[in-house]
Amino acid sequence: MDIIAQLEAEQIASLAKTIPDFKAGDTVRVGYKVTEGTRSRVQAYEGVCISRKGGSTLAASFTVRKISFGEGVERVFPLYSTNIDSIEVVRRGRVRRAKLYYLRERRGKSARIAEKTNYKPKNGAEA
Amino acid sequence: MTRLFLEDGKQVPVTVLQLDSLQVVAQRTAEKDGYTAVQLGAGTAKANRTTAPMRGHFAKASVAPKRKITEFRVSPDNLIGVGEEITADHYLEGQFVDVAGTSIGKGFAGAMKRHNFGGLRASHGVSISHRSHGSTGQCQDPGKVFKGKKMAGHLGAVRVTTQNLQVVRTDADRGLIMVKGAVPGSKGGWVTIKDAVKKAAPKDLPLPAALKSAKVDAAPEVAAEAPAEGATE
Repeated sequence: MDIIAQLEAEQIASLAKTIPDFKAGDTVRVGYKVTEGTRSRVQAYEGVCISRKGGSTLAASFTVRKISFGEGVERVFPLYSTNIDSIEVVRRGRVRRAKLYYLRERRGKSARIAEKTNYKPKNGAEA
Repeated sequence: MTRLFLEDGKQVPVTVLQLDSLQVVAQRTAEKDGYTAVQLGAGTAKANRTTAPMRGHFAKASVAPKRKITEFRVSPDNLIGVGEEITADHYLEGQFVDVAGTSIGKGFAGAMKRHNFGGLRASHGVSISHRSHGSTGQCQDPGKVFKGKKMAGHLGAVRVTTQNLQVVRTDADRGLIMVKGAVPGSKGGWVTIKDAVKKAAPKDLPLPAALKSAKVDAAPEVAAEAPAEGATE
């Protein structure tokens, strides 16, 4: 293992994040730490995860899309960011793509994702 | 390069530099050489691949043969003894350094890439020469192209210094220095690190250097040589 991979593995271990098993199509609620002046609070951002990038590396990120006041909003979160307080899976979606960028052209009924009813947690992954 | 996630939520892109058995190989003194410097060697070279004169040079210092040798000018009272090994805590976290290395070679590059020329228009009668440099001068008077005219040519693979990079973290056990931002050169390349010339050095620097022989002193100008490592430069 080269030194960079080693450093990243150490940092992932030291961050000790609990990352649930989720993928594109799942609806997630992300608790994001926001600092306003001196006090900080946790802001919830809920939407459909349309992409996960970077696998299990330190640089991994995921994109969450939601419709806010009729306007599509996407946010990219670094998976291991210290600003992320929590990631919670609200609903498992049944999709056939790893990247759901086609949702950007869809509105309303056609932008829905069917719920995955037969979800099984992967070995070693928590639900 | 990699990144560090800090407690306050910030992410810092860092380049990981490694001090690979960095030792003093020789000293340059004002009496003998007319200037004061330490010669540092880094890396490891096979003895049978080292030339006989260099073998003698390393033997004189009784250090193992080194891959790279560089001199760093120091003030006379901050000379380090031959054979001393410099550790990564020579630099303090938050300190600014200048990193020099050989930039990545780009081969023969056009004027747009090499000198940021604008090129010619995409339409309005321009044919085949959209990325050309255009005119190189005037007419019969002066009747020549002035020397130094920016044109296409070889780009990269020259010594480049990146100034004022901040040291984010050091790891003396593994000899790692993490600086914020990119450094010249490719992954696994060799770079030299010096105290930033355009920023005041912190007061509590280890003078003449942070040494493995566990002495505590500090240096105004001593610098380190580092092969950048692994997934980073």
